[in-house]
Amino acid sequence: MNAVEVRDLTVAYHESPVLWDVDLDIPQASLFAIIGPNGAGKSTLIKSALDLVPRSAGTVRIFGSSYRTVRKRVGYVPQRGSVDWDFPTDALDVVLMGTYGRLGWFRKPGRGERDAAMRCLETVGMADFATRQISQLSGGQQQRVFLARALAQDAELYFMDEPLAGVDATTERAVIEVLRELRSKGKTVVAVHHDLESAPTYFDHVALLNVKIIASGPIADVFTNENLQQTYGGRIAVLA
Amino acid sequence: MSILQDLIFDYTLRNVALGCMVLGIVSGVLGSFAVLRRQGLLGDALAHAALPGVCVAFILTGLKTPVALMIGAAASGWIGLLAINQLLRRSKIDSGAALGTILTVFFGFGVVLLTVIQKSSAGTQAGLDKFLFGQAAGLVEEQVLTMAILSAIALAIVVALFKEFKVVSFDSEFAQSIAIPVHLIGSILSFLLLIAIVVGLNTVGVVLVSAMLVGPGAAARQWTDSLKTMIFIAALIGTLSGLTGAILSVTGSKIPTGPVIVLVLSAMVLISVLFGKARGVVWAALRSRRRHLAESAK
Repeated sequence: MNAVEVRDLTVAYHESPVLWDVDLDIPQASLFAIIGPNGAGKSTLIKSALDLVPRSAGTVRIFGSSYRTVRKRVGYVPQRGSVDWDFPTDALDVVLMGTYGRLGWFRKPGRGERDAAMRCLETVGMADFATRQISQLSGGQQQRVFLARALAQDAELYFMDEPLAGVDATTERAVIEVLRELRSKGKTVVAVHHDLESAPTYFDHVALLNVKIIASGPIADVFTNENLQQTYGGRIAVLA
Repeated sequence: MSILQDLIFDYTLRNVALGCMVLGIVSGVLGSFAVLRRQGLLGDALAHAALPGVCVAFILTGLKTPVALMIGAAASGWIGLLAINQLLRRSKIDSGAALGTILTVFFGFGVVLLTVIQKSSAGTQAGLDKFLFGQAAGLVEEQVLTMAILSAIALAIVVALFKEFKVVSFDSEFAQSIAIPVHLIGSILSFLLLIAIVVGLNTVGVVLVSAMLVGPGAAARQWTDSLKTMIFIAALIGTLSGLTGAILSVTGSKIPTGPVIVLVLSAMVLISVLFGKARGVVWAALRSRRRHLAESAK
C-alpha cells in the first residue's frame, strides 16, 4: 500500500489553477522530494493533502483512508517563515506542541510529554537550547525546533515544507540524518525541496511539479535532463 | 491609611476600585492574546460596534437594568464581528480596512441612536458621555458582581483552553493539522474579547476600552519571553492601573475615572517600553553600547 495516493487533484485560487489534475503515488518508507520552480504549487500540494487548502477536484488518500481518519499518523513541518518567531515561548514549549494532538481537549502536557519533547530536541541536536527564547535561535536552529516538534507528533508520515531552505551546514546534516533514521524505521517523508544538486543524494523518490506533474517515481528514473528542462521551462543549465 | 480604609468601607470607592480591577484583569489576559495574534484593533472595532446595542437596550429597558445594556452591547459587538468576517471572506478588502469600515459604520449608527435618546426625557438624566466614556463612579454592586462573574467565566475558559489558545496564536496552520478547530478557537477568543469589552463598558466606555485591551499585553511583553508570565504581568498591570485610576479620580479632583485609568496605563506602557527587562529600549541601547565599547577596547 502506498502512504499517499493523489488522484485528479486540482486546486485553484481565484479561478486560476495552482495544481492541475495531479496524480501521485508516494510509497511507504520513502524519502520523497517534491521539486519544481517557484509558483509550481509545491506547498499547495502538501497543504491540500493536509486539508489546509480546499480542493477544487480530486482525492487524496493517506494509508488508504481519508486524511481526517488517519490524522494522528501524519506529522507536519510548515515553512519556517509562516510563523512569528517573536512569540513569547521557548524551544521546548514549541516542541511540546507536537504532543497536543494526542493529548486532546483540556489535558495539559505533563512529565511524560516533557520528556518526550526533550528527547526530540536531543535527536535534532538542540537539547542545549531547550529554554532559549525562540527569536534568539538562528534560522537553522529554528528549523530544527520545527523538525523536533514534528518528531514529537510520533507520526508515520511526515509532510515537510522546505525543511532545508536557508539553513546552515550543521542543520542540513542534522535534518538529513533524522530523515534517514525515519526511513529506516519504515516511516515516510514527503518534503518540498529546492536544491536540484543535493536532491539525488538526499531523496530516493521525487515528483517534478510545475502545476502539473511532469514526472514522478524513483529518483534515478525521473531525474533526467529532459524532465528537468520540461519542469523548469528550459530555464536551467543542463546538469553535468 | 485613610485611602485603604475608604477602599474597604466607602461604598462608592469600593465599587469603583473593584470594577476597575476586575476589568484590568480580564482585559489584560484577553488583550494579551489579541496583541500576540496582531488583533489589537479588533478590540477597538468590537467596542465601537457595541455602541448601537447599548443604545437599543437603553431605549427598550431604560437605565434600571444594567445587565440588559451588557447583553445589548455583546449582541451588537458580535454582529460587528460577523460583519468583519464576512467582509474578509467575500471581498478583497484587507483586514485593516474591514475593521475600520465596521467600526465607523456601527459607531456612526450608535451616535445617531444616542441623539434619539438625548431627545427623550430619560436621556437627559442619563448623560451621553456615560455611554462613550463610561461612568465608573456610578457603578453599583449589582454591576460589579455581574462584571466579576463574567470575568471569572472568561478566565476559566482561558485556563481550560490555554494550550489550544497558545498553539492557534503561534502557528494556526500547524494547529489545524493536529485537528484543533482553528476557526472555533478563534471565535471563542473573539467572544472572550467581547466579554472583556462588555465588562469595560460601564467603567471606561466603548471609546477607551480598547486601550485596556492593548496596553497591558503590550507592556507585559516588554518584561518577559514566556507566555504565561506575560499574561500574569498583563493582568497585574491592568489591575494596578484600574486601582490607581479609581483612587485618583474618586479621591482627588472630579476627573472621570476611565480617562484617568487609561492615562495611568499609558504611563506604565511607556515605562515598560523603555525599561522592560526582556526588550526595553534603554537596556537594549545599553547592551549594544557596552558591546561596542568592548569591541573598540580590543
